[in-house]
Amino acid sequence: MGAGPLLALKALYKNFGGILAINDLSFELAQGELLGLIGPNGSGKTTAVNLITGFVKPSSGAVVYRGRTISGLPPYAIVRLGISRTFQMVKPFYQLPAYKNMIIPLCSPRVKQMAGGRYGDRDAVALDLLEEVGFERDAQVAYKSAAVLPQGYLKRLELAKAIALKPDVVILDELFSGLSLAEVASIVPIIERLRQEGKSIIMIEHRLKELFRIADRVVVLNFGQKIAEGRAEAVMASDAVKKAYLGVEA
Amino acid sequence: MERRKERIDRGIKVRAGDVFALCSWREMLYLLAPRLIPVLGFLLLPLILDNYWQKVLLSVAAFALLAISWDILAQSGMISLGQALFFGLGAYCSGVLTHVFGWPPLLALPVAALLGGLLSTLCLLPVLRLRGVYFSMVTLIIPLMLVRVVEATKIFGGTEGLSGIAPLPSKWIELYLIVGALLAALFGFRRMLDSDYGLVLKAIKDNDRSVINAGINIYWFKAQALFIASSLAALTGAFMTHVYMFVGMPVFALDYSILPIAAAVVGGPGTLAGATVGAVILVPLSEVLRGIGGLRIVFYGLFLVVFIVALPEGIFHYIQRKYHQFERWVEVQ
Ligand SMILES: Nc1ncnc2c1ncn2[C@@H]1O[C@H](COP(=O)(O)OP(=O)(O)O)[C@@H](O)[C@H]1O
Ligand SMILES: [Mg+2]
Repeated sequence: MGAGPLLALKALYKNFGGILAINDLSFELAQGELLGLIGPNGSGKTTAVNLITGFVKPSSGAVVYRGRTISGLPPYAIVRLGISRTFQMVKPFYQLPAYKNMIIPLCSPRVKQMAGGRYGDRDAVALDLLEEVGFERDAQVAYKSAAVLPQGYLKRLELAKAIALKPDVVILDELFSGLSLAEVASIVPIIERLRQEGKSIIMIEHRLKELFRIADRVVVLNFGQKIAEGRAEAVMASDAVKKAYLGVEA
Repeated sequence: MERRKERIDRGIKVRAGDVFALCSWREMLYLLAPRLIPVLGFLLLPLILDNYWQKVLLSVAAFALLAISWDILAQSGMISLGQALFFGLGAYCSGVLTHVFGWPPLLALPVAALLGGLLSTLCLLPVLRLRGVYFSMVTLIIPLMLVRVVEATKIFGGTEGLSGIAPLPSKWIELYLIVGALLAALFGFRRMLDSDYGLVLKAIKDNDRSVINAGINIYWFKAQALFIASSLAALTGAFMTHVYMFVGMPVFALDYSILPIAAAVVGGPGTLAGATVGAVILVPLSEVLRGIGGLRIVFYGLFLVVFIVALPEGIFHYIQRKYHQFERWVEVQ
């Protein structure tokens, strides 16, 4: 495998009953890279994530991970290869305390495989992971029912569920949406720490300022097509992006 | 000045969360009573009841098992309208094993339970991906189809069925076998649903995408839940075959599908105990109503509606709440 990209999307198309949600999309993610994926609402970002993670099958084209075509595999099999994601719409198990929400990913075969064949004490691991994403242990937030947690904690919980799977690639679908500036500022270091651990990250974001501060590279989508790619400043300076994304006539 | 009701956990319930905080026999009793009462009740009742009510108890236990089976499936996101399928397959398996192959009933029972569960699971495997009402429709249709298959192919006695099937060795073995099976299923599967494994099953019901996203093959888990639940119902069917000493097309009757649902809903789904409480109320009620003849179903239906409207949470949840909390009126501005 060696120098090839970790993950590559190759000429992907996705047709939803006449709507071309993804139109000839190709891009790559290098090992250890933080790639931003941006574009107006409805431009196909979530669909691109669904294609990578197997929740949606491509009409044509392929997703290649570590040199192996993964499009066509069921989503649970793709997760076991080390690609995990968060959902744009968080849907925790509201009637359960936060740490019990972590039990589901901690029951994953991926966790067992990464821990050398054993699961360990799930409750303890859950509490550790939640502390990592900012559930203050002293305040016992992890024991609170998900139903009473504010949005900021629910997003962190979503992030913790993805990290629990010990992934190599993490895909964050609008993790920051609906959060205050302070909440975003408190989550950014967690993402930076994931990078230092060597994880490769794809981040979908509308909060461009926060994204550009940490992204190595961005890909811009519009109507399912890639209209620009490169370093943040260069991409935002391009006329096509200004026009499509910001609605500014060049 | 407004008043609102406040519900507070009893102190003992809060302390009971921590085993070391228990010191007095009263507190031990508080914890044990909810388990002790049903266990003692079911174990002692066969000794107290007369012949007729022993048969009713048998029926209660059988429907409680079917309702528990339904509840396990419902907790895993599968609403079954076809408990009769599992019941009937178990019944036929045990009937054939004893009648055709001459097995003793006590050996045929467990084998029929597993075989019936396996056949049921295989029947529904192709539609495990269907969700909600689509899955339910299939479970409703298959037993109705099987009745016609038996009729048309005249297999296993056709419309006549198989009669003269060997009974269980004695009335007492019969009674304690089904009561024992009920208690074991109730406490065993309650424990299962409370474990991490049960959490995964319940999560599949709530939000299957999030479970798939954990790298878990939900169809494998659903198949397991289906096998567990249908084996339980198949055991019940196999058991009744030896009680009636007959197996035939009626084992696929709608009653075996509908009554367990009514029991689970009236008792309160999600706890298995609710399903049991439901059967304990509904089956004897149906017996008592037998006396009034033609309007029986009307009264029965009326009772169901009143219960569901008055206690939508189910009887068990209501009792549980009353047991663990007290209520008082407080004034709020
Ligand atoms: N499951 C689906 N069925 C039909 N159309 C879909 C589906 N998912 C997404 N789409 C359509 O695809 C387009 C892109 O949607 P999406 O990927 O959610 O955009 P974004 O995440 O960039 O806001 C939209 O027009 C949306 O309506
Ligand atoms: Mg989206």
